[in-house]
Amino acid sequence: MMNVKFIFKALSVALVSLSLTLISAVSFAATDVRIMWYGDGDKENVPIAAQIDEFNAANSDINVILDIVPYDAIMNTLPIQLAAGEGPDIARVTDLGGLNKYYADITPYVADPSYYEKSFGPFLNWYRKSGDTTSIHGFHSTMTVTGPYVNKTLFEQAGVDLLGPGATWEEWAAASIEVAEKTGTPIPMAWDRSGHRVSGPAISMGAKYFDSNGDPKLVDDGLKAMTQMLYDWHQAGTMSKDLWGSVAGSKYHAPNDWWNAAEVVFMMSGSWQIGRFANEVGDDFDWWAVPAPCGPAACTGMPGGNALLAFNANPAVGKVMDFLSSKEQLSSFIGQVLAIPGHLDLQVDYQTDDPNAKHALNTFAGAVPTIDQVAFDLQAHVDNRIMFNAIISRLGQAIVGEMTMEEAWDRMDEDVEKQLKEKYGG
Amino acid sequence: MENIRNQIKIFFLRILNIPFAFLMHAIDLIMWPIQKIVGVRNMPYIFLLPNLIFFGLFVIVPLIANFFFSLSSGDELLFAERELPTTKQYDQLFDCESYLNPNTCTEDFFWRGVYNTLFFVVFQVGLMIFFSVLTAVILNKKIIGRGFFRSVFFFPVLLSPVVVGLIWQWILLKNGAFNAIIESYGGDKVSFLTDPSWAMASVIFVSIWAHMGFYTLIVLAGLQAIPPNLYEAAEMDGTSRERIFFRITLPLLMPNLLVVFILASIKGVQTFDEIYVLTGGGPGTSTSLIVQYIFTTGFASSGSVQNFGLAAAASMVLGVVLLFLTLMQLYFSRNKESKHQEI
Repeated sequence: MMNVKFIFKALSVALVSLSLTLISAVSFAATDVRIMWYGDGDKENVPIAAQIDEFNAANSDINVILDIVPYDAIMNTLPIQLAAGEGPDIARVTDLGGLNKYYADITPYVADPSYYEKSFGPFLNWYRKSGDTTSIHGFHSTMTVTGPYVNKTLFEQAGVDLLGPGATWEEWAAASIEVAEKTGTPIPMAWDRSGHRVSGPAISMGAKYFDSNGDPKLVDDGLKAMTQMLYDWHQAGTMSKDLWGSVAGSKYHAPNDWWNAAEVVFMMSGSWQIGRFANEVGDDFDWWAVPAPCGPAACTGMPGGNALLAFNANPAVGKVMDFLSSKEQLSSFIGQVLAIPGHLDLQVDYQTDDPNAKHALNTFAGAVPTIDQVAFDLQAHVDNRIMFNAIISRLGQAIVGEMTMEEAWDRMDEDVEKQLKEKYGG
Repeated sequence: MENIRNQIKIFFLRILNIPFAFLMHAIDLIMWPIQKIVGVRNMPYIFLLPNLIFFGLFVIVPLIANFFFSLSSGDELLFAERELPTTKQYDQLFDCESYLNPNTCTEDFFWRGVYNTLFFVVFQVGLMIFFSVLTAVILNKKIIGRGFFRSVFFFPVLLSPVVVGLIWQWILLKNGAFNAIIESYGGDKVSFLTDPSWAMASVIFVSIWAHMGFYTLIVLAGLQAIPPNLYEAAEMDGTSRERIFFRITLPLLMPNLLVVFILASIKGVQTFDEIYVLTGGGPGTSTSLIVQYIFTTGFASSGSVQNFGLAAAASMVLGVVLLFLTLMQLYFSRNKESKHQEI
């Protein structure tokens, strides 16, 4: 009888101890914060991983998990995860307005909300829903500006002077053709296959993108002028059909391989390529960023960038955001990846001796004040991707001969109208 | 001595049997009450239940969900947040001034996909059957290294479609291996993958290369099932080789060719991955098939509206086509079986 009592007592003690252990384990378990991150190779992935390690080491109560994914996953998989009620706590996104219905307001969980307003003010509206002027969802990781690069070595070899600020698109095309002919370079001009890249030049030609009510109205004389020019360049061989014709729909494609092989004289891309060119081109040739070519309406590129945005709001997410958006961490990150900061008051010590990279950073940073207001409005618009995708998929079809430019323009407007109807009903 | 050895063997077998016996008894403990409840006659259904649950969960439920998606609209994923029911997606898919001209259709990408798929299937299947028969006939002869060549022709079937796409991309790109050879002989580079007039031909060629081995195997099995005495009799009669092929081989191969035709057609209609890797559906939309339209519309819109409803409606249309082909296959294979039984 004593034995039975003893066994029960021992079992009770064991159970209580086990429960206490489990309770303490649960209460002291680190909170996981999952970040979905796409990076431009090790150039961006290594610095962010080091920052996350630093954060984890200093915060034993939070465990930040960095999931490095391809850019396609951010564009195509993340929206589906979010629509299904899943997804990460934080993600680095470029479709800033398109996902705004999923962003969480972290205002109560950040140490100083006014820091975000002061440091990232103009960009915060890009993430907010219409009518919202106060929520904080995250911060701009890097700012980008679209614009062209030229192979300066080829220009020197051809004895053609680089054009200065104020040169038009037609003049740049003529200069690129001349250089290509004199140096035997196969491709005078190559552009990223992206509606975003077409939009800056289109705005320079007078495209407005919105009607008088502020609703999307894609095709006008400005857009027609730029897209017609692109079409003509493809037909004339100034641009190679192999790039834009090599994929279908709105798929992004960049001419980096040709650029790196010095097969392109003039490449239309943007500031995010600086770090990559510094690594990949190296001493092979001199490459310079040049001011955005002009049209009758402006000489503008498109602003853009990527932001770290929260999909869950809790103290751990707030703490991670505070850490990564701090001046110290951002300055270190931007300095390593050679990008333009999205922070309005940041001193960056760029870690490069490459004169091409330094020149490009100056050129793109100097281009920010010249960006047209239409470009800012377009970038901030929640449905800008619908317009970008309509441009590129229909222009691509026209270039390979599946439809005329007239048909392509009609289709661009129809595509935008159709998608907006699907999204908002009606 | 032999007796002792047998005794030891039985002893060890009994020891080895213990865990199995234990397991069987444990299963028995569960199954016995179930059998009591459902009866012996219904026990097969109980054994099938685990598979049926998985099949239902991962095939039937998504099929039903897809049907309901096709009758809904909006950019939300959850049914509760979608507009339902509506035939809007089907109306949009079939809204055409002329079905022969995709440019007059509201969903011109879908109709381009339909026509590209049709073109792809007709030429890919036709050429595949031709080359499969040709290869099988050669591999059926007593040639040197026959086993080796049979393996070589079958090897591409084992490759992942993505690997096939990447390999051929490296070969067919403008700066690829094939163009390097052409250039070394003084020729001009050919845009196999980026010229609309070449792209579909390249895609069909790669697809035949990747899948021919499987169909060759089916035809080879058919060739080996033809009684040799028929050939002996024909030879004794002095029949020409061509006549033997067209009057004996081909007619007796017909049931196998029918299977090849239907299987290849089903596979052709479903083609997506290797083309997506090889050309991305381009240039323009010249190699974009129906499955790519469904994928792009529903899941890869790159920031545009992810139109799950329209993608679901298109996949229902594709499902009907595949159902028709499958029923054809079932009909002909049953017909073949009954003919065999009659014989």
